[in-house]
Amino acid sequence: MDLILGNAISWLFQPITAAYALAAIGIALHFGFTGLLNFGQAVFMAVGAYGFSISVKFFGLGFWPAVGVAVIASIAMAFLLGIPTLRLRSDYLAIVTIAAAEVFRFIVSTTSAQPVTGGPQGLNQYSEGFYAMNPIPVGHYKFWVWDFKQDDLFAIAVSWLVVTFFAVLLAILIRSPWGRVIKGIREDEDAVRSLGKNVYSYKMQSLVVGGLMGTFAGILFVLPTSVQPGNYGTTLTFYIWTILLLGGASTVIGSIVGAMIFWSLLSLTGDLLSTGVDNGTITFLTQNQVGAIRFMLVGVALMLLVIFRPQGIFGNKKELYFNA
Amino acid sequence: MPSQIAIGAAVPGCAKVDPILIADNVRRQFGGNVAVDVEHVEIPRGLITALIGPNGAGKTTFFNLLTGFDQPNSGDWTFDGVKLAGVPAFKVARMGMVRTFQLTKSLNMITVMENMRLGAQKQPGESLLRALIKPLWKRNEDAITARAAELLTRFKLDAKSDDFAASLSGGQRKLLEMARALMTQPRLVMLDEPMAGVNPALTQSLLEHIRGLKNEGMTVLFVEHDMHMVRNISDWVIVMAEGKIVAEGPPNEVMKNPAVIDAYLGAHHDSDLGTEKQAKGN
Repeated sequence: MDLILGNAISWLFQPITAAYALAAIGIALHFGFTGLLNFGQAVFMAVGAYGFSISVKFFGLGFWPAVGVAVIASIAMAFLLGIPTLRLRSDYLAIVTIAAAEVFRFIVSTTSAQPVTGGPQGLNQYSEGFYAMNPIPVGHYKFWVWDFKQDDLFAIAVSWLVVTFFAVLLAILIRSPWGRVIKGIREDEDAVRSLGKNVYSYKMQSLVVGGLMGTFAGILFVLPTSVQPGNYGTTLTFYIWTILLLGGASTVIGSIVGAMIFWSLLSLTGDLLSTGVDNGTITFLTQNQVGAIRFMLVGVALMLLVIFRPQGIFGNKKELYFNA
Repeated sequence: MPSQIAIGAAVPGCAKVDPILIADNVRRQFGGNVAVDVEHVEIPRGLITALIGPNGAGKTTFFNLLTGFDQPNSGDWTFDGVKLAGVPAFKVARMGMVRTFQLTKSLNMITVMENMRLGAQKQPGESLLRALIKPLWKRNEDAITARAAELLTRFKLDAKSDDFAASLSGGQRKLLEMARALMTQPRLVMLDEPMAGVNPALTQSLLEHIRGLKNEGMTVLFVEHDMHMVRNISDWVIVMAEGKIVAEGPPNEVMKNPAVIDAYLGAHHDSDLGTEKQAKGN
């Protein structure tokens, strides 16, 4: 039991959780504050993951230059997606982003791209430069049921440092006059235009900044593991949206807590079910079905949440009352 | 009065002594339908000009064209001598030509005060990088807030300052939209049906506010249906019908103009001009 609980609790601070939280903060800026429907956050994460890992593996760059390449690629991607769509109605951005994410995934996973992107196998072993910066002495660090290596601790610490940095950045931005313009655009962009603001430029800035958050999330996502093209499908984007709506779309902290709850819940339900199946308490399921069932349970939990608390955990209920 | 406004007779497209806005050959077509076809019109500076006409006359389309919210098929217009054709809407607003909308556009999920602050120009904190450093924009923000509070008091919205704009009544939203437009410190205020859907008591206060703008030296151009309102408040009336300017002149004279009566009332010549809704025509 301790192990199950420990497992679930460990998902509160895993680097993966941090990566999802950061990607969700990105779409909080896009959707919650600017009203941009970005249904392709996966592409910004993929750009981060591939931009970074290809720079290291294929071009032999160091850690920081590789991060720089990912950042430049992310900005380029934001412009590529934004220039044709941001003058149009918001649904066009949604269509283009979701398509771009799929196109990107198919391109990197083709066998002809294998020498660069690793094709369907993806890439691994590009994190040496990152772990070389680890100041934590080599060894095993045991707390309660957990057993961390120095590299695990380093990845956790860096991940949450990055998340905190961007969360604070966004909190400052949305409380500034810049954030006021952004929120105005969410409400009615023609009104904001009539007040002398360059709406197109603001939407582009929002797309770039939120996309950069997705890109850093992509780097955090792959640093402790490997790059798998299959990870960057539409499900990734929808998990991030789930996390966003769980925590509350127009909040910063909501994305972080949403990611923690999402992953802990997933781990807890999965572990509980599979233990139940193992010791014979649950007889109507097989071990293979558990993986699918837990997503169903999480889905039901989210449906209940949307019905009974549509503003998300941290959302302002007042904002919904008026939304006639 | 009229002799001081127009040069020569008050005919459609007549020249003004001191025009602030001059439009030439502005034409907008939607498919085969010509929505706006204005040969020449001048808006006198420092006065209240009403743009009237029956539904579908092209008034709002003309507004959209002048303010950059729509692009004409052809035409030129200048604001204070600056050519505006092809200039995007936000730049038009920055030049001092601000507009409101027929369907009120209050920004519902932000507070009344934030709505107001949004109207202010040249706030350095609206740039992405400077937004991060509060000392760079704090002082400007305080000045904006003071100005906004003053305007809100004038428009009797000060008690609502921290509420979401969504909690305002329809009339209050009209007031907020007007107050917010004034935050841009405009020279020309263009109001698209400011009195539509507002109760009579509030209409009076809206009219007072419009007069107030004139007294502060601003030029007002507004679209309206109701001739009674127009007569009370405007110095000059321009009548549009089927996309064209059909008459111009001081309010009392325009209403006697047969072209206006035709455009407005069709067959119902003897109806009261003030009740356009019933009379509007065939």
